[in-house]
Amino acid sequence: MILIYLIVILLAGALLAWISGNRSSIWPRIISLVTLSVDLLLLVIYLFQTVSFSNKWLIDIQYEWIPQFGIGLHFALDGLSLLMLMLTFFLGIISVLISWKEINTRVGFFHFNLLLILAGIAGVFLSLDLFLFYFFWELMLVPMYFLIGIWGHENRTKAAYKFFLYTQASGLLMFISILALYFVHGNSTGIYTFDYIQLLGTHMSASTSMWIMSGFLAAFLVKLPVVPLHNWLPDAHSEAPTAGSLILAALLLKTGAYGLLRFIVPLFPTASVTFAPIGMALGVIGILYGAKLAFAQTDLKRLIAYTSVSHMGFVILGIFSFNELAYQGVVMQMLAHGISTGALFIMAGQLSERIHTRDINTMGGLWEKAPFMGAIGLIFSMASLGLPGLGNFIAELLILIGAFKANVVMSVLACLGLIAATLYSLRILQKVFFGPKNTDWKMKDLNIREKMISGSLVIIILGLGIFPQPVFDIAKPALLKTLDNYIEKPVINSDSNKSETTKSETNLNSKLFFYK
Amino acid sequence: MTETDFFSLTPFLILAMAPIIIMIVISIFRNYEVVYGFSVLSIIAAIASLFYILPVIPHSIAPLFIIDGFSLFFLGIIFFSALLVLFFSYDYLKHLDGIREEYYIILFTSTFGASLLTVANHFILFFLGLETLTLSLYILIAYEKSKNSSIEAGIKYLVLASVSSAFLLFGIGLMYLTFGTMQFTAIISAISHLKQLPPLFMYGFGMLLVGIGFKLALVPFHMWTPDVYQGAPAPVSSYIATVSKGAVMAVFIRFFFNIKGFDNPSFFIVISAIAILSMFVGNILAIQQKNIKRLLAYSSIANMGYLIIILLTGSDKGIHSAIFYLITYFITTIGAFGVISLLSTKYKEAEKINDYKGLFWKKPWIAAVFTLCMLSLAGIPITAGFISKFYIIYEGMRAGLMILIFSMVINSVIGLYYYLRVITTMFSSTDNVELPTVSFIGKMTLAIITIGILVLGVYPGWLIDFIVKYATL
Repeated sequence: MILIYLIVILLAGALLAWISGNRSSIWPRIISLVTLSVDLLLLVIYLFQTVSFSNKWLIDIQYEWIPQFGIGLHFALDGLSLLMLMLTFFLGIISVLISWKEINTRVGFFHFNLLLILAGIAGVFLSLDLFLFYFFWELMLVPMYFLIGIWGHENRTKAAYKFFLYTQASGLLMFISILALYFVHGNSTGIYTFDYIQLLGTHMSASTSMWIMSGFLAAFLVKLPVVPLHNWLPDAHSEAPTAGSLILAALLLKTGAYGLLRFIVPLFPTASVTFAPIGMALGVIGILYGAKLAFAQTDLKRLIAYTSVSHMGFVILGIFSFNELAYQGVVMQMLAHGISTGALFIMAGQLSERIHTRDINTMGGLWEKAPFMGAIGLIFSMASLGLPGLGNFIAELLILIGAFKANVVMSVLACLGLIAATLYSLRILQKVFFGPKNTDWKMKDLNIREKMISGSLVIIILGLGIFPQPVFDIAKPALLKTLDNYIEKPVINSDSNKSETTKSETNLNSKLFFYK
Repeated sequence: MTETDFFSLTPFLILAMAPIIIMIVISIFRNYEVVYGFSVLSIIAAIASLFYILPVIPHSIAPLFIIDGFSLFFLGIIFFSALLVLFFSYDYLKHLDGIREEYYIILFTSTFGASLLTVANHFILFFLGLETLTLSLYILIAYEKSKNSSIEAGIKYLVLASVSSAFLLFGIGLMYLTFGTMQFTAIISAISHLKQLPPLFMYGFGMLLVGIGFKLALVPFHMWTPDVYQGAPAPVSSYIATVSKGAVMAVFIRFFFNIKGFDNPSFFIVISAIAILSMFVGNILAIQQKNIKRLLAYSSIANMGYLIIILLTGSDKGIHSAIFYLITYFITTIGAFGVISLLSTKYKEAEKINDYKGLFWKKPWIAAVFTLCMLSLAGIPITAGFISKFYIIYEGMRAGLMILIFSMVINSVIGLYYYLRVITTMFSSTDNVELPTVSFIGKMTLAIITIGILVLGVYPGWLIDFIVKYATL
């Protein structure tokens, strides 16, 4: 039941926050903070009660929802979703805190939208029914649209449109694929259901499986995003308010990665192996192209947005390597990128709150005005370029090693991304905190609230970098379960593709054994 | 005529009595509130009578009537929509100059015409019902005599509807020529012996399609829609968009499914083309509209395009999904037009999209309802529109109509663009425009619509069960 409570608490909090917003602007903030803290606390308590993370679902609940179509309320939790949920609720708290002074208009409605987005994201991480998954997937769009469109910066309307149309169009393609999968499964077994567990291992021909997978891929690759489908991201990230950018970068992008891990890989084992070279190439292109564009930006938030494109390239590279090492790296990258990029967006927000610009050419020499902020900026720029000791290093290293086993060329090319990351990260520092003073800004250093926010993020990124093992332990069973098809049994679905499939499977297996 | 025959016609008797009684009441004592109250009670009585006659269905009164679960369902939808329109009409007409009470008489006669279509088993009854409906609609559209646009819309509708009726009559004539009967069941049994449809019959059906396409505002017979929607009073626009289309859809579904039109390749192609054209033309033209009533008119063209996909599924389940779609579309459309009519004043119809600037900060609840309606029309989750779009896509995919389904999906994205524009306008900054105060009836109706949209969006199972249980041909 705890899983349903998590979502219901968020929804109830959202309504309360909206209603209380009419009275005063402090109540919505407190209500949101309490709501998210309760959710986080529930999860942490659960985490400490759980002795071992086995191969099974930790919690698995199922009710009927619309039985006429075989739609159920099926929520389940495993290590992967547990980690993602903790990230969601933690960053939810952070985003309420950073909006404390930034958002002064329509506070109640702002927090309503914020909590609704988080409820949608939590639902995505928990749903094991494809219809339910799509429901939550769409649910988070509208409030995000409002968040960008109402509280964003100058070009907010266009950015909000772009965000919505891109994600909705790709989401509908996924929806068609979900239905296609449903009918393919129903026609072959006679059981019409949207249930994920039952749909696993649906028999279909290679081309059918490829078509259905491409619908899913459209949604996830747009969300991730992958070059050339990334066009919405820089606009949405740079025009959103700080909390919006934080949620977009740290959580919304992760739903795409989560979708790839949870749905594409287990549901379409053969098709995704066929797609793997393209997927890895897309990842490498994203890494290099994102880094190059990041280097060329002058708008600080846009710059950080493009670094996300680059970092998410690593995620897709890892996912299509199909081995445990890379997958551990992917999970670590999702967490570390969420924290570090989130922190950079927070820094950008704090800067523009003080000097009302995001143009890094007008900044410079801010270290002496705000040394604490500078130090935070330094830590997270280092995290972004992959300095050992911080979470991102572990993540990117693991992904590269994992990818090396699967495809040497791609892995080598991806390594170049680390150099590019150094360039853009140092450029942030150089332009903002060091270098010549272009304008003599009058600004204060961080206050207590902001120090607490940034400090907690620093602790987590350090923790992930120095003691990554607990994360690995939690994620491992879930990842092995995901890789089930790729390690033990070769999957043969159609005769036409038989020889090819077996070949690629054995290839993969030999590589995996090599790693073991 | 037996006692059961009489008994099964109770809803129609109520509808036929109501305008006569209102007329008598007006001639003795003209009072807006009394007439209004009586109208609401009559419609509620008509809805209640549907449950009352439930034990005797299916029942047919040869040769004209067939009263089965399908027609009862459509009757329910029509009466309920008429009730909602009635609720929104209260405020709208209250501030109108001149005579107001007669509006309700005509609303009843048109509803009576619409309800006859749902039970028609004969082309004569079909034509009678349609003309009763259309004639009443001319008057309703042109009801605000002081407005030029209203008169213009009325005349446009009059001329074009007459032309379409002529087509319809000619089509009926050709079918009569082929089979020598105008009774649906007789035509169906005559067809079932044939291997191929006779060409004369197919021409007749083509003519019939022109007439029906006009009433449903399908491309290429859609030209009148935006002008009429814009010119008519807002509650009447919602009435045209819902009750009149629903009734025509009922008779068309009955006829088309019974003659198994979906098996005929040329019908299949024609209807597919009309569906695809309606979706694209409706949605693309809606993008550029600055007038919210015109926007909703084009959106209704697109929505009817989605709906007629169902005609080609050729299964009972398809009919269920069509009924579900109609219910949610009606609630949503009436809600949207309801907001327009509640925000209109004596001097100014709230029809420009720019009139809605900053509405969210001035009247947050009304704006929230309007947002919900737009999201439902766009098919976003937690609204009824999402489930109904899903249902259509579901049945369409089951029948393997992939091209139609893909164009529906593409159009959903196009549609999203203009629905979002309306929402964005409501959120933009405020300029100080005087807005009318909304009466209790208006607020209550908006609340009913909100609950309807949300409940059907989150928990639609019970309604689907209900439809599956009763609404079969």
